[in-house]
Amino acid sequence: MGIILILAPISVALGLAGLAAFWWTLRNGQYDDPAGDAARILMEDSDNRIS
Amino acid sequence: MALTYDLARAPDLSAFLRKEKDGTAHLELLVKGARCAACMSKIETAVAGLPDVTTARLNLTEGRLAVRFASSRGDASRVIATLDRLGYPATPFDPAKAAEAHDQESRRLILALAVAGFGAGNAMMFSVPVWAGLFGQELGPATRSIMLWLSAIVATPCAIYAGLPFFDSAWRSLKAGKANMDVPISVGVILTLFISFVETFLNGRDAYFDAAVSLLFLLLIGRWLDHRLRARARSAAADLLALQAPAATVLGADGLERVKPLSEVAVGERILVRPGERIPVDGFVEDGVSELDNALLTGETAPVDVRPGDTCRAGAVNLTGQLRILAIARSEDSAVAAIARLVEAGAQTKSLYVRLADRAASIYVPVIHSVAALTFLGGLAFGLGPREALLRAAALLIITCPCALGLAVPAVQITASARLFRKGVLVKSGAALERLAEVDHVVFDKTGVLTEGRPRLIEAPAQAVALAAPLARASAHPLARALAAEAGPGLRATDVVETPGQGVEGMINGRRARLGRASFVGLDGVRGGETELWFAFEGDTRVRFRFSDQLRPDAAQTIADLRALGLTVEILSGDLEGPVARAAQTLHVDQWRSGQTPQDKAAEIDALTAQGRKVLMVGDGLNDTAALAKAHAAMAPGAALDASQNAADLVFAGDALGAVADSIRVARAARHRALENFGFSALYNLGAIPLAMLGFVNPLIAALAMSGSSLVVTLNALRMHGAGRR
Repeated sequence: MGIILILAPISVALGLAGLAAFWWTLRNGQYDDPAGDAARILMEDSDNRIS
Repeated sequence: MALTYDLARAPDLSAFLRKEKDGTAHLELLVKGARCAACMSKIETAVAGLPDVTTARLNLTEGRLAVRFASSRGDASRVIATLDRLGYPATPFDPAKAAEAHDQESRRLILALAVAGFGAGNAMMFSVPVWAGLFGQELGPATRSIMLWLSAIVATPCAIYAGLPFFDSAWRSLKAGKANMDVPISVGVILTLFISFVETFLNGRDAYFDAAVSLLFLLLIGRWLDHRLRARARSAAADLLALQAPAATVLGADGLERVKPLSEVAVGERILVRPGERIPVDGFVEDGVSELDNALLTGETAPVDVRPGDTCRAGAVNLTGQLRILAIARSEDSAVAAIARLVEAGAQTKSLYVRLADRAASIYVPVIHSVAALTFLGGLAFGLGPREALLRAAALLIITCPCALGLAVPAVQITASARLFRKGVLVKSGAALERLAEVDHVVFDKTGVLTEGRPRLIEAPAQAVALAAPLARASAHPLARALAAEAGPGLRATDVVETPGQGVEGMINGRRARLGRASFVGLDGVRGGETELWFAFEGDTRVRFRFSDQLRPDAAQTIADLRALGLTVEILSGDLEGPVARAAQTLHVDQWRSGQTPQDKAAEIDALTAQGRKVLMVGDGLNDTAALAKAHAAMAPGAALDASQNAADLVFAGDALGAVADSIRVARAARHRALENFGFSALYNLGAIPLAMLGFVNPLIAALAMSGSSLVVTLNALRMHGAGRR
C-alpha cells in the first residue's frame, strides 16, 4: 500500500518531466524545419545553431 | 517573374528589413530551388560571409532564409545578388507578412494536445486498477478512493488546459446565439468532471476522469489536423504571393532607385517598370513607349500600345520598353478596388456556408441533450434516485460525446488534401473541399485557363523560322519568344536595337534584318493583326508568322471528364467574340459569352446561383476575381494573379487542366467518406444510448467505446488515399 504512495507520484513526475521536455523542444523551434535538420547532420561545419 | 537584381544598379531594398531595437536588422527571403544539404551549406556559407551579416539560416522545409545584419543598414540587395549568382532566385518577404507566418495558434494546439496526452496516459494509469476492480478482483474501497483522487489530481488541470480551445469556441458560439460542435463537447467535459468529483467525494463507484481527458485528446487531434490543413495552405499561398514580388521600383527625387513594398507606394511617386514586370499601381505613362499585356486584367489576348500620356492599370504586364509611370492611386485604391469590393461581398456569402460537421451538430446537439434529459427524468420516474439518474444521464453524454464526429471530417479532409497536394493542387480549407463536392455547373474563363495564356506559332513559311530565330532570341516580346522557342537554341543576332511597340532590328550573318510589325518592315497599308510578326532581310521579301493562344492539350479531355461527372460547362470570357467562339467550338461547349466585364461575370454567377445552381468558377485574371469570390467554389491556376489566388478555394500548379476534374472527384470521395463516418457515429450512438440509459455503461466501457469509434473513423478516413482514382 505504502509503495503506491511513493511510486505513483514518481511516475506522474516522470510524465511531467517528459511533458516539460516536449514543451522545451517546441519553444526551441525544433519542429520548425524537419527537412533542414535532417540535412544539417550531413554538414561538416554545422556550428551555427538556432539563435 | 522573380525580380533579379544586378549589383551595378543595386536598388535600395531597405524597406524589407525589419529593424530590431538593439540596432540589428532582420531580413526574410523566400529562396527557390534549395532542396538538399549541399544547397543549404552553400547558401548559408556564402550569405554569412558577406560583410555586415551576422547569421544566415535556411529553413529547408519552407525554403526561407533568415538573415541577421549587425547594423540596421544591412544591404539586402547584396544578399539577393549573391543568391542569384549561386543559382537560387530569392524574393524578400514583406516584414508584416513574415511576422504573420509564425503560427502561434498551431503551437497552442500542439501544447494542448501534449498536455491532454500526458493527462490521458497518467489518469489511465490510476484507472486501470479501478477497472480491474470492476471485475471483482480485490480492491478495497480505500485504495479505490486513493486511485480516484490521484486520477482527479492529474486529470482535472489537464482537462481544463486542454479544453480551453473548445470552451473558448463554445462560449463565442453561444454568445452569437448558436450552438456549434464545441457546445456539447464543453458541456460533456465539464459535467463529466463535476459528476466524477461528486462520485469520488461520495466514495462512489464510477468516476470518468480519464474519459474526460482522453476525449479531449482525440478531439484535439482532429482540431489540429484541421488547423494544419489551413496553415499549410496559408503559408503556401504566402509563398506564391511573395514570388509575385509585390514590390515596385520607385525613382526618388535624387534619381536613385529604391524598391518598396507595394503598400508603401504613394500617389505622385514615379515608378520604373522594366519589360517583363507588372504595373504595380494605376498611373500615367510619363516616359517610354511599350506594349501592355492586359490578359490577366481583361482577358484580351492582344497587347495594347502605350505612349506618354496614356493611363495604365495595375496588373498589366509591361512587354517591350521601359516605362516611367506617375502613380495616380495607391495600391489599395488601384483599378482593383471596385473588384475588391465585389470580392468582399462574395467572401461574405461564402462565410455563410455551414460546414458539414456543424450541420451534423445542429441535428445531433438537440437530440442528444434531450435524450440525456429524458434519461434523468425517466430515471427519477422509475425510482432510481437523483444520484443514479444523474450518473446515467452523464454516462450517456460521455459515451455519445461527438469524439468521432470531431475526427470524422478533418481526418478525411487532411488525407484528401494531401492526395491533391501530391497532384499539385493546393486546398485552402476543409470547407473548400466540401463546397467543391456540391458543384453541378462549371464556368471557365478562356485566356490562361482553357488556353495556355501565351502565344504559339501556328503558321510560318518554310525555313523562315530558322532565318528569323537569331533576331527573335534577342527580344523579350512574347511573340518573339514564342518564335525563338519554336526554333530552339542557336545563334543570336548582333547589334540588336529594339524599338518598343515596333520590333527589333539587328545583324544576322552580316545582313541587316528586321522583325516586328508590318509597318516596321516597310509594309505600309497592310493591316497587321496583333498576333502576327513580319520578318525581312534588308531589301528582301517579307515573310509573315502567325501566332495563336493555343488551347491547353488536355482541355477537351477535361471538359469531357466534367460532363461524365454530370456537370454542365460554360465559358465566360472577356476576350473578343472570334477567339472565344473558336475555342468553344473546338471544345464542343455550346454555352459561351464573350466580351464580359468583371461585373458581367459576377452578375452571371449570381444569376446562376439564384437559379439554384452550385457553380464552380475556374479563372485566373483580375476580371475573374469577383466571379471567383461569388461562386460556390473556385479554382485558379498557379500562374494567376495574387488577387485571383486569394479569392479561389483551390489553386492548381502546372499546365494540366485535368486537376479540375481530379479535384472534383477527390472532393466527392471525401464527402462520401465523411458522410460514411457520420453514419458510423450514428450507428454507434444508436447502440450506446440504450446501454447508457439502462445503466450498463461503466468507465471501462466508456473508454473502450470512445477510442474504438475514433479508430474506426480514422481508418475509414485513411481509405481516402486510394479514392478518386480512375
